[in-house]
This record gives sequence, structure tokens and C-alpha cells, in this order.
Amino acid sequence: MEVESPKFKEKARRAIADEQLQRAMGKARIGFVGKRKKAVEALPEFEELRSSARAIKDHTLAHLDLYLEAYERKVIASGGQVHWAETAEDARRAVLAICRAAGARTVTKGKSMITEEIALNDFLEEEGIQPVETDLGEYIIQLRGEHPSHIIGPALHLNKEQVEEDFRRVHTALPAGRDLSQPESLLGEAREILRPQYFAADVGITGANFLIAETGTSIIVTNEGNGDLTQTLPRVHIVVASIEKIVPTLEDASQLLRVLARSATGQDMSVYTTLSTGPRRPGDPDGPEEYHVILLDNGRSSMLGTEFHEMLRCIRCGACMNHCPVYHAVGGHAYGWVYPGPMGAVLTPSLVGVDKAGHLPNASTFCGRCESVCPMQIPLPRMMRHWREREFERGLNPATQRFGLGLWAFFARRPRLYRLATALTIPVLAGLAGSRGRFRSLPLAGGWTRHRDLPAPETRTFMQQWRDRETRKQERSAA
Amino acid sequence: MKEDTKKTPRVGLFVTCLVDLFRPTVGFAAVKLMEEAGCTVEVPMAQTCCGQPAYNSGDREDAAAIARQTIEAFEEYDYVVAPSGSCAGMLKKHYPSLLKATSWEERADAFSGKVHELMSFLVDVLGVTSVHARHEGSVTYHDSCSGLRELNVQKQPRQLLATVEGLELKEMPNADVCCGFGGTFCVKYPDISNKIVEEKTASIAASGAETLLAGDLGCLMNMAGKLHRQGSGIKVRHVAEVLAGMDDAPAIGGGGR
Amino acid sequence: MSAREAILGKLRGAVGGAGDQTRREAVEKRLGKPPRGLIPARGQVEGEERLALFCRMAEAVVATVERVGSADDVPGAVTHYLRSKNLAPSVRMGDDRRLKRMDWAAQKSLEVKHGRAHREDEVGVSHAFAGVAETGTVALLSGKENPTTVNFLPDHHIIVVNAKDIAGDLETVISRMRRKFGKGEMPRLLNLITGPSRSGDIEQTMLLGAHGPRALHLIVVDG
Repeated sequence: MEVESPKFKEKARRAIADEQLQRAMGKARIGFVGKRKKAVEALPEFEELRSSARAIKDHTLAHLDLYLEAYERKVIASGGQVHWAETAEDARRAVLAICRAAGARTVTKGKSMITEEIALNDFLEEEGIQPVETDLGEYIIQLRGEHPSHIIGPALHLNKEQVEEDFRRVHTALPAGRDLSQPESLLGEAREILRPQYFAADVGITGANFLIAETGTSIIVTNEGNGDLTQTLPRVHIVVASIEKIVPTLEDASQLLRVLARSATGQDMSVYTTLSTGPRRPGDPDGPEEYHVILLDNGRSSMLGTEFHEMLRCIRCGACMNHCPVYHAVGGHAYGWVYPGPMGAVLTPSLVGVDKAGHLPNASTFCGRCESVCPMQIPLPRMMRHWREREFERGLNPATQRFGLGLWAFFARRPRLYRLATALTIPVLAGLAGSRGRFRSLPLAGGWTRHRDLPAPETRTFMQQWRDRETRKQERSAA
Repeated sequence: MKEDTKKTPRVGLFVTCLVDLFRPTVGFAAVKLMEEAGCTVEVPMAQTCCGQPAYNSGDREDAAAIARQTIEAFEEYDYVVAPSGSCAGMLKKHYPSLLKATSWEERADAFSGKVHELMSFLVDVLGVTSVHARHEGSVTYHDSCSGLRELNVQKQPRQLLATVEGLELKEMPNADVCCGFGGTFCVKYPDISNKIVEEKTASIAASGAETLLAGDLGCLMNMAGKLHRQGSGIKVRHVAEVLAGMDDAPAIGGGGR
Repeated sequence: MSAREAILGKLRGAVGGAGDQTRREAVEKRLGKPPRGLIPARGQVEGEERLALFCRMAEAVVATVERVGSADDVPGAVTHYLRSKNLAPSVRMGDDRRLKRMDWAAQKSLEVKHGRAHREDEVGVSHAFAGVAETGTVALLSGKENPTTVNFLPDHHIIVVNAKDIAGDLETVISRMRRKFGKGEMPRLLNLITGPSRSGDIEQTMLLGAHGPRALHLIVVDG
């Protein structure tokens, strides 16, 4: 997928003007927040569980090489195959090789952000293999030729009328007069259309929410059941997962599951939590004959041990974007790549370069709501600031910005000069505003006054007035 | 007072650059509230800004220089108080991390222990439970982000507001959601900032209150600027002004439409 | 150098050398004796209280729950369920011994098909390995006698769970599984199912019956 993050500002502006999108975002803004809050309030231990979950991932990351080796041993012992991939291209090639060996013409897919990250669908299509997304949201956006706008709600940016339009456009074999006005009928239609696809597919591809070193198990967490049909019915199951998905034990996975769904959708548990270990066993009446795991690095190892290390704790619940005022304002597509919201603002520069994704960590008010709800206690604002530091070091900020900041810092570091300058300018500004108390426009303040008035200074600075007060005090005590 | 009652606490007021330049009334209100609670308040002249514009723009060097300058100016006081959650958060939470592993580390940590946001200082440190003030009318209170999430300022201002005679607190929906100010964010991404503050002013209007209060001048100027541009008659003030009974000054950005 | 070596090499470079004995020991220790973690108090109740919690949590996620006195009552309960939903008298199940011991023949005109599920199957019947009261979850294991397709293809999924197998928390189920299969071993699939299939992908409206079963009926066998 092309990185469109450099166009963030323009895309954001268009998103804000898009009434359809704003209507969809209005629902998202309320829904997720309330559901999470309710689930969290119903579990008194939730805050402690966050700390516990964080500790598990911290331990795992400090021993990541060893747990990956242990995991690999167990996958092989259970009859599965492990393919290591350093880059997205390596991972795509590995998937293709397996599909070719299986003689695959179509593959079904469970919802997976990692396959979005490696742009697998476009690649497979180019190679003559038809990928079929089976998660309802993913299916809808595949029909539209779009990318997910949210990591757990891919079609969050759409309204049901848009979905109806797409279904009518694509499902031409169905009667034109059918009623698709309700979400129920849209869901029913998608179910009917997709059901035969599961049976027709030669290969099923899923991601993984967790990989368990103790047992060589991969876990998917879904609500629809599409992931299970995807991985159970075809002859070959491929799991694509990045290396930081690993956790040591079943118990560790259980701890993380307790915070995952609550943070994501406000459920205590998602409907289907499926732990898969290897291919079909002798005598099994169903299940895939081959089980492959593609372990993808794609930049993760370069984050380990840096100031972005803690981002590797992320379990992709989406709580950060669900609570982000910037995400709410612009939606996921404005971010211009796979991962939106605060987690995307930290991760995207790591994966595609801060020169391309520099806007993302800058477009934050540092309100801290993301960090306060992150089940893994990832200090997202701090890491966005680290990206700003790297940009500043490399001189990537615009010249006018650097000049303004430099000028300001010159005065801020020289209190006497600062006093003098402010004592001269503030009363002038106050005078200009007069009794109205605000400016509708002001030279050099266009960024502010385009959308709002600028409250004017009262009269003189506090420091000027305070000096007068102190002088009067001294005179009084002298007298 | 909870602490040593014999000794009068000496407080260094960190005015904050916005209060200094735009709204001195807030500074005097803060002084009045602390003096009434038995403090001696001084204002070191060597202060300018807390350094957030540099710090949040990735300019650690200038931010650290300003941090050292501020610590030097304030470390002699028993307490350092700012009428802003954002600036107090910078002084308390971010100076130590900015100066970590430098020769200033210890001084930054000691300094951090003395820093408080005004509302939290009054209630949590001084044990103030009521104020002597009167404000006829209804107010709604916006929780500014840094104060709320870095310093746990939420109950304190509401507790004190409840003791203001004639005042009725009408909570707005989503009081804890950002107003879209974000320091330099609001001028770097004006369209997004505007979208966020529009949501905020809708919440404020939904409360039905006549006056909007908050504890951070940056947020207040942002919300006041938007309310005025929208032609709203809602007045905007820093919470300290009301608590100190100094609500006779014109509201932020002026009064009427 | 292989991709494997390249990745592992970078990781070692970032978090410590491969010869680091303490790190190896820490990993062996955790894998050898997994810490149980923090278990919420919610599920830590006994007896009838635990059963009631299980039923309540399952109903909260829109499963239907019924309790029967003994395994002999299960076929009757299944027939009753089919009738109440106006379903054809036909069910699909694997070859689970616990289900097979039940007297299905006594249910006149009820067709019982064994083996993996097919597209036309409307109702699947499974036997759970365990239940989890904390979340109203049932745990199903795959195996020779327990095809996975039964859990996902039919529109209606009926799961039988013995009351004595309902644990307070998932960790207890994990321990039991470890005892059953051996340390570090797993059945091919462990399905943790919490309510019927659903999707909130259209305008965040939660709708039942996305790709898996539209209805989940739990039969809790007392005793």
C-alpha cells in the first residue's frame, strides 16, 4: 500500500468536510468509549490487570529471541512449519510459495492487520490468486477497493447506505428488488455470499492475536466466526504474525485476553477465542492438512531497545484511536497508511520512516487519553514526542516553524529581555483590541484566527502589575 | 492546614506565560486564594515560560535550558504553584525526565516534589475545603487534559466550586475530552483543532450553563475564541477567578457578543 | 545468513547476548512453571453460586441456557429446543463418547448424524470440555471424536456442559488441559466460545449470526 501520510493535512481537511464520514465518526465517538467504560467498571481488578499485562510483555520482549526459538520448536513438533521473514516482501513471497505449492486459485482471509501491512491482497491478485476477505468489515472495504480505517472496525467510516450501494453494485445475481435497508439484511447477504467461498478456497490465511511459546499455539480472537471457517475448511492454513505477538505461556495469554476485548469492544471476552496448534491430526475428521506460520520482523527488531521499544507491547485493541479526539475528527484514512490513531502515529514512522510519516506524531494535542486507556500502558504521547525530537534533530520541520521556535526560545531563555519585550508589546496589543477584548484577525496569527477569535491581553503584563504592587507594599512599609 | 501550622509556607508562583501576557487577573486570583489560605506568595522575576513549546516541538536543548533556569529561580521555595495543569505538569513530570542523567537530575527531582497545580495545592496540600466567594449563575467545568491525566485534578475544583454562594454547577457531556488546543498543535493543524473545539463548544452549550470554567488559560482562550466566533453569549473564566471572587473583571475575550 | 538467523541476531543484539545464562534460565523457569497471574475475584465462587454466575454471564452475551438434572435428560432437551425454534428434527454431532452414551434413539423421529458438519446442517451438538463462570465461556477441544466444523457451520449450536466441569476462571481450565494432554501439549484446537456469532461492522450495531451460529444454546448437566 502506498504511503500517503505526507498528504495528512490535505486528507484531514477533506475528511472534516466529508459529511458522510463525519456522521459515521459521530457514532464511533460515542459507541466504543461507553462500551469500554462499562466493561472496565464492571471489573475491579482492571487497572491491576493492565500492569500485569504490561509486565508480561516487558518480560517477553526482554527475552524475545529465546521465546521465538521455543515457539518454533513447538510448532515444528506439532507438525507445523515456520517461515521467517525479515521484510514485507519476504513474507509475501513465503505466502505465495505456499499457495503455489497448494495449487491455490482462491484464498479466504480472516481479518488481519499484518496482511494489510504487507499489502498481501494486491500482491496475490497480481500473481493470479484471488484473496477473499471474510470479516464483514474487511469484505465491505475490499468491495470498495479501500483500506481499513480502524484496526478493529475496518468499515467504521461507512454508513449502511453506502454498504447497500456496494452490495447492489457487486451482488448482481441477486434480485434487484430485495430489501437491504437494515444492517441485518446486509449482514445476512454477506453471510450467504461468503459461505461457499470458505468451501471453495484452497488456502485460508489468518493473522494471530498471540503466539504461545510454551505450546507452539497461535490464537485468533473474533466475533464473527469467519476466522474459524477460514482456517478450518481449506486444506492449508497460513498464519501471518509479527514477532512481537509472542507470549510465554497459556496463562500469560489468558491475562492479556482479559484486557484485550474489554479495551477493544467492551466485551468481557470476544465470541471466539481460538487456540490452534499444528495441522489436522491422525483421525481428525476436519481441519487443515498443512499449518504454516510466517514470522515477520518488518522493522520490529529495529525498535527493540530504542525509545520506541514499548510500542512493541501493543496488542492492537484500538482503544487509543477510540478515545482520540484527532482520530475522531479525521477518521482513519487521513493517516495515510495501515495503522491510524495514536498507535499509528508511533508505529508508522518506525515502519515507513519519519520523513514520510512526520505529520502523524505531530498531529496530537498530547491530551493523553490514549495512554490512559491503553491496556498495555504504552506511553504513546511520550513516543510521539520522541519522533518530534528525531525530526528536530534532523531538521525536518518547516523553516518558518524552526525560525519561530528559535525566536521564541531566544527570549524565553533570557528573562530580562523577555520582560522588556513583553512589557512593551502587551499594552500595545491590549490597546489595539480596545474594549472589545478580542481580535477577529491579527497579522501572523492566521492559524489561530482563521477559526476563532483571539482573546486580547487585559492591560499590562502580570509581571508589570506585580512589580507595582510590590513597590507600593514597600513604600507603605517604609512610611 | 494539614502541614506544619507554625511556619507560613513560602510559595513561588509560576505565573505561566499566558497568564502573564493575556490574563493577569488569574495570577492575582491565585495569589489571593493562597494568601487567604495562609501562604506567603512571591513571584520570581527570572521566570518566563515552562518550555513546552520547545519540548513538544522536539527541541530538547532549549527546553532543558529553560527547565534549568526555572529550577534555579524556584528551588528556594517550599512550594511552586502554577494556575495551570499543563505548565505544572511540565514542571513536575517532564523536567525530571528532561534532565535525567545530567548533573541536574537530583535538583530536578527535588524541585518536582515541590510543584503543584493551584487547585490541587489548595485542596490536597493546604487542606482548603471552602472559599468565601459569591457567583450568581450557572457554570460548567472543562477538565483540561494535563491537569486531569498527569496530576489528577478533577474533584478539587468541583469541591471548591460547590462552596461558592449562588453558583450552580451544570456538568457538560464529555467534560474530560480535549478542547483541541494542544499548544502549537492549534496553529500547526488549525482545521483539526477547529473540528475538536467545535465538538467541545457543542458540549458546553449542551450543559446550558452561563459561564465556562477551566484551569488552563490555553484551553480557555481556545474555547473562548471559538464561542465568540460562533456568537455564543457564554462567558469564559479561569476557575481561580470565580473562587477568589474576582469575577468582576471582563470575561476572557470580553463579555458580550 | 538465513532470515531466521538475521532476525534472531538483531534481537539478541538489542536485548542481550545469546550466551546470557540468566536470560535462558528466566525463560526456562517461566515455561517450566507458568505463573498463574492475577485472577479476578468475580469467578472465585463455589458451587451453586458459580453455576449461577456461569448462566448469568452466558445469558448476558445472548446465549440461552437451560439446566437439566442428568445426562439422560439431554436428548429430550435437544428435541424440545428444536421444536421451540421450529427446526427440522435433525442434528449433527461428532462421535463424542459422552454424547454417544445418551439415549438418542428414544427421541422419536430425531435424526442424529455423526461426523464432521456439512453446509446443509442446521443444528450442531457438541460436548464441552469445560465452562468458565467468569465470562460465561465454554471450552471445546477438537479431536477424532470432536470435529470443529460442528461448532461453526450450523445455524444453531447446542453445547452440553457438565456442571462439575464449570470452573471459576480460564486458568483452572488451562491447568486441567495440561493434566490431560501433558505439559506443553495442546489439542489441535481449543475453541473458547462466548455467545453466538456476531458483528458490529455496520454502523457499530451489534447483530447476531455473522458467519458462525446465529444461536448458541447451552445445556448444563447437573450432578
